[in-house]
Order: sequence, then structure tokens, then C-alpha cells
Amino acid sequence: MSRSQASTSLKQVLQDRRLAEPLLQEIEKTAAEISRTVRIMEVCGTHTVAIRRSGIHSLLPGNVLLLSGPGCPVCVTPTSYIDNALQLLEGTDAVVASFGDMLKVPGSDGRNLAGYMGGGRVRIVYSPAELLPMAGAISGPLVFLAIGFETTIPTVAAAFLQARRAGLSNLYLYTAFKTVPPALRALLSSPDRRLDGFLLPGHVSVIIGEKPYGFLEEPGGVPGVIAGFEPLDLLQGILAVLRQIARGEQRVENSYTRAVRPQGNPKAREIMDQVLDPVDALWRGFGEIQGSGLALNGEYREADAEPHFSLPPLYNLEPPGCACAQVLQGRFLPTECPLFGISCTPEAPIGPCMVSSEGTCAASFRYGEAVL
Amino acid sequence: MSTSGRITLEHGSGGALSRQLTEQLIYPILKSEAYGELADATSFEIPGRVYITTDTYVVDPPFFPGGDIGTLGVFGTCNDLAVCGARPRYLTMGLVLEEGFPTSDLKRVLESVRRAADRSRVRVISGDTKVVPSGKGGGIFMNTTGVGEALGPHLLSVKNIKSGDKVLISGPIGSHGLAILAAREGLKIAASLRSDCAPLFPLCEALYSLGKDLRFMRDATRGGAAAVLNEAVANNSECGLEILETAIPVPGTVAAASDLLGLNPMEIANEGVLIAVVAPTAADKAISLLRSLDTGREARQIGAVAGRYPGKVILETAVGGRRILDLPRGLLLPRIC
Repeated sequence: MSRSQASTSLKQVLQDRRLAEPLLQEIEKTAAEISRTVRIMEVCGTHTVAIRRSGIHSLLPGNVLLLSGPGCPVCVTPTSYIDNALQLLEGTDAVVASFGDMLKVPGSDGRNLAGYMGGGRVRIVYSPAELLPMAGAISGPLVFLAIGFETTIPTVAAAFLQARRAGLSNLYLYTAFKTVPPALRALLSSPDRRLDGFLLPGHVSVIIGEKPYGFLEEPGGVPGVIAGFEPLDLLQGILAVLRQIARGEQRVENSYTRAVRPQGNPKAREIMDQVLDPVDALWRGFGEIQGSGLALNGEYREADAEPHFSLPPLYNLEPPGCACAQVLQGRFLPTECPLFGISCTPEAPIGPCMVSSEGTCAASFRYGEAVL
Repeated sequence: MSTSGRITLEHGSGGALSRQLTEQLIYPILKSEAYGELADATSFEIPGRVYITTDTYVVDPPFFPGGDIGTLGVFGTCNDLAVCGARPRYLTMGLVLEEGFPTSDLKRVLESVRRAADRSRVRVISGDTKVVPSGKGGGIFMNTTGVGEALGPHLLSVKNIKSGDKVLISGPIGSHGLAILAAREGLKIAASLRSDCAPLFPLCEALYSLGKDLRFMRDATRGGAAAVLNEAVANNSECGLEILETAIPVPGTVAAASDLLGLNPMEIANEGVLIAVVAPTAADKAISLLRSLDTGREARQIGAVAGRYPGKVILETAVGGRRILDLPRGLLLPRIC
């Protein structure tokens, strides 16, 4: 958009059409060299939204397809997790705190957490830092629905530690944290995989750095490029993936160097490691992925809501007709789901991909498929 | 009547204090020869086609940079008449006050109503005041109903829109919604923003002189420019809109603040911006008409009506991509007007 004030921000520069032009020409040229259909998966939900919002997908050559991956935390959380959260509200006296996106996701019987907003039993948090004063202000247990990837996890871990230091023992975490690299590994090992490269998540990489993606360089791997979120960042990332494909390479490459350091953020990881240990985790759409979750460790285990409130183990059961599982694995485009836009809309969502603002289906519904 | 006090439930009871409020506070500010002598109704005469509209104002806070609920109550309703091709003439004003609302604040609001009415050349000819118990209202709510006379026989409608027509905007977007949000939440980043709250009638009258070349106008209030653009073609089975993102005027502070808050300037409410669709041959004339007026100085063309994408608004983004510009969804900023 044009700005009335004269100053040019970095954000404006990073969506400048004149700068995009040479990148698009290179993309065109490289895609023509490859001369077959290539599928690049953007793993991160924020990437999905940024691509759709800037219309990047409409600028790419016909043989370059972008697929959305399992990078929206709400979307990969099993329905049974919502059922268990409802059980916390109905079977205990706990107050439940959650990020707003979770509240509209239907549980297996169609009910959601938003229904409890009025009574004060469900509270929305925008930042985990709000948990400390919230736990201090109530006398009973406060359970935080702890979902998220490496971007969010350190902030939750830090807030949790702060609460412990402040002597607040009524803060519990119901952890369904997920880590990205094991999910990429699972996608690669899928027998009918349809992907030729990854656009790796920028924010997650700020924390974990480049090293955890190392397995992409092993046999059976694919090119992986860490990318930023502005239109030029995305085009640069896509071009880097295409160039690797054209040259037959499979390297982990960082094209978001203004934010991501090779070693990531060791301090943030230290805080995570202090309170959390890797565990196997259940992903909606994928099933169980080894070592892909994080749960409270050692002395902190007493604050784990799952054993404390005897919550049943998670399982996957999709609503009839819902294709979120296929969408999350990049097998279906949102429009290939029979419910898309008909019985499943942002106002009345059936699957999580339509609920979350970062969900693939919500982005597709809102911004459309490629408009030519 | 003392303005150091506060509104009590008795002020709305219909008794002595109600009368005192009307006679000593409201009348001295708003009474005109047309205002009924505390009768139950007022009469007026308007020849020809008459337009009527009503709007209710619940803005929080009632005073904000660039205006207050009184300014909004007059300009907002008059703008609804103006964009339909009507000259605003008369207003009614209903007030719902919360017990404890400062009388001095009410006086300020009434003075704003008076100033805005004078500027819009409309008269407030009837009114009503109710008081609700403390905690049951939002300080002050206002309803205004506006009556206007048709500027001419040409009826403006989305049905007039044809392929090839041009889409114009009268000025920069986003400052009203963000100014309210900044005032309410104490946001430093948007603290310098002022509401664009202004009368649109002069712009509308100028455009109406284009005759049938003016197809449709709408003020971009709740839901912002995105909502109006979608409304323009929502039921069109032949045409869609193609809008250029880089042509939309967004003040730097609005762009920076919306980016930080995760808001889309196109979805933020304005109170002094209109979108018009005109015939292709009339676009240059329309822009110069708008630019000759104060609130239209930054008017420009932002897109065109296309004979494809029926019912849809397609946005060409800054980087050159194309995507749908959808109606705003989810809970937008509450109590913005």
C-alpha cells in the first residue's frame, strides 16, 4: 500500500515489485530447467498465511506447487485433547487458560471450549507471561493448554519457571508441545510422499538454528531452505529450493540470515531443556511421531496436568468427511476436501485447519487458490 | 443547571429533573425554532423524494482524538444519507446515559453535536433521554435518525455498476479505528493518530453532479474498505473488482500500527472516507472534483470493475501477486463507532 509519509520501511522494500521481478525471472528460468512438477512444502502456518496474503502462489510457474505442511499448532492437536480439556472443565474445579485459536475447535461431540467463556472458567491468554498474574489471582488450579512449536515453547517454559520461583504451585501445564524436525522426518519417510523440498520455518529456526535439520542432507533427504516471511524472503527461499533441485543438491540452507543464526538461540533452548524432556507425541493427521513432543521433567512432573487430573491418553478420531489429516500431510489441497466451504467455513468450522488463523483451509478460504 | 454534577436515575424518570435536564442543558445548546415545545412530536416539510436512516453510537471511549460520540452521531448519520445521494436536513437524537455520567461530559457532547450539526447544515429537531443504572450502560450511547432530501432523480445503486467502471477512494484509510483503539488501550504506537471523522456531503454533492456516470457511493465505516468493496459486487453475477494494493492510501503510522497489532488497514473503520464507482470516462473529472475539496485532497483511483470474477474482489498485492480480498471475518474491533 502506498504510504502518505515519505519514509520507506524495510517491510515496504521487502514487498517491492521491482525487486521481486528479477527473482521471479530466475524462478521461471530455474523451474523451466527442472522441467517437471516440483512440490515444495512450507512447513510453517505463518508461511502459509504470508504466501496467500501476498498472492505469491499466483506468481509461480505452473510446475512449481506449494503445499502447506503440519505447521499450525492448533491443527496438529488431536480432537481428543479438546475432549480432555472439556473434561477438566466438567470434572474438576480447574480454570483453563488457552491461546484464543483453540477455543473454537470442536471436540469429538462438536462442543468447544468457547462455550465456557462466559463463566470465567476459560481464559484467553495472548502471551504466556499472563499466566503468572493469572495463577496468583485464583486459589484453585490453573491449567494452561500448552500447545505450540519451538517458537512458543521457550516462552511457556520461562513463564512456568517464573511461577514456580514465585511459589505458585497451582499452575499446571497440559502439554501437547510439538517439535518440527521429527515431523519433517516422518513426512520424508512416508511411502507415498509427494514432496521435493521444504521451505523451513523462520521463527522456529530462530530458536533451533540449522543443525537439527541435518538429516535432510542424508540419503532420502530433500533440499531445505530456512525462509523469512515477507514476499521477497519467500521468493528468495523458493528460488533457493528450486536451484538445489535443478543442481541435484539437498542441503540445509539459511536464506533468512537477518534473523536466524546457525546456532539458533541457545539460551532459549536451555530454558526449554531445564523443564522439558522429549517424548513421543500424537499428531493429528499423522499419528504418533517418535520423540516429537515435550513433557515436563523431573521435579516439574507434578505440574503435568495429564497425570494430576488423570486425563485419558490421546487418540485420533476425525469428524466424518473431514480431510484435515490429508491436508496436513500435503496430500490434499483444501479445496479437495468435500466439506471445504460447504459445511466447513471459518464461521462454523469442522476441522482445525479451518479454525486456526494459521490453518491451511482458513487461509485458502480467505485468500482463495491461485488467482490468475 | 450545574455541570459539576453527575447524571442520576431521576434525570431519566420523566419528572422534574428530566425537565430540568432538557430545559437547562439540552435546549440552550440544541434548541432551534423547529424543535417542538416539549411536544411528543415535531413536524417539518420536505418536497419530493425523502431519505431516512438511523444509526446507533456506542463508541468507547466517548471522547477520542479527532472527535467524540457527538461528532460521530451527527457526521455518521449524515454521511449515510449523503452517500445515497441525499442532502441531510433533520436529525433526531436519542441518548442513553449511565447513572453517574458527568454532566460536564454530557455538555461537551451536546456542544459537539451542535457544532457538527451547524457544519452539516442539519437541525436536531427531536430527542429523548433515558438513564440506566450504574454498571448497566457504557457511559453514553446515542442514536440519531437522519432525514434528507434527494439531490436529484438519479438513484445510486450497486445495480448501476458495469464492467470497465473505475473505483475511487476519497482519502487515506484506517485512522478512525486505530485512533479509538489507541485511546482505549493506551497504545503508544498509534497515539499520534486522530479520527478522520468528517462530513462527506460536500464530496457526495460534487460527485452527484456527474449524473448517471456516478454509479454508487458508500462510506467505508465498520468493516472498512474491504467490506464496502465486497458489498459493491456481492450480488453481481457478471462483474468483480480488481483493486491495486499499492494505490490504497495508508498513512505511515496506520501501516506500522496495524502491522504490529496484526490488523489489516483495509478492514479498519473510517468515518470520513468514501468509495465511489464511476463510469470510465468520468474518472478523471471525479478525482479532480474530490481533490478540490478539503476531505478529498488525497482522492485517487484504486481499481476497476472487471467483467470476470463475478461477485469477487481481487487484490493485486504490492509484490504483484493476486488473491481474493474477502469480507472481514471474526470479531473486529468492538465499539469503534
